[in-house]
Amino acid sequence: MLALTQIPTVFAAEVGSKAPDCELSSINDKQRYNLQQFHGKVLYVDFWSSWCPPCAKSFPFMNELDRDLKDSGLQVIAINLDQTHEDAKTFLAKYPANFTVAADENEKCARDFDVKAMPSSYLIDRNGVIRHIHLGFREGAAEELRLVAGQLLAEKPEPK
Amino acid sequence: MKTIQQALLLALCICVSGCSPVAPWQRGTLAKPQMALESYPLQSTFNAHIYGSREAATGSSAAGGGGCGCY
Repeated sequence: MLALTQIPTVFAAEVGSKAPDCELSSINDKQRYNLQQFHGKVLYVDFWSSWCPPCAKSFPFMNELDRDLKDSGLQVIAINLDQTHEDAKTFLAKYPANFTVAADENEKCARDFDVKAMPSSYLIDRNGVIRHIHLGFREGAAEELRLVAGQLLAEKPEPK
Repeated sequence: MKTIQQALLLALCICVSGCSPVAPWQRGTLAKPQMALESYPLQSTFNAHIYGSREAATGSSAAGGGGCGCY
């Protein structure tokens, strides 16, 4: 029985591997997202929950990142993993987000990305490859993430 | 005998099913303040310090200094 509960994830999301695609839904309306639709952009995928204090700290940073680098081709997408949308909405009322916020209803996305900590951020380049994984959000994280995002934005996408 | 074995097996199965990994994103309930082992970390550190100094036990409760309570 133990063995059954610990089936390893088939897809290992790590630096250098292709980012898994995710079906996501909006918290407020019926809109649906998938990561594939942002192909060609540099993606900043952040997994968060309302009960996680460092997540709250990361929100102003993500707003800044979105404001400064959106025009260069950065897409910030924050994936909520709360069990109820109400918790997420209360959080968002307190910490407003100007970037895309989506919910991962069946937790499939979190499983595919093999999220190991809250919050977790994944930086995905223009070719859909995971280039940087950051666990948690502490002092100094903002500078590091901004630096990597800038580097990825400077790269040219590989021709198909 | 067989019944006992079966009962034991059943009990084992029930116990083992309680062991399941909790994913990082499923720890919302565990993150609640009332789930903390120390409800008032500052208060307990302070109490530990007072205890250590009054007991005159050097290094007790990881507080530096001797029995005077000053460090």
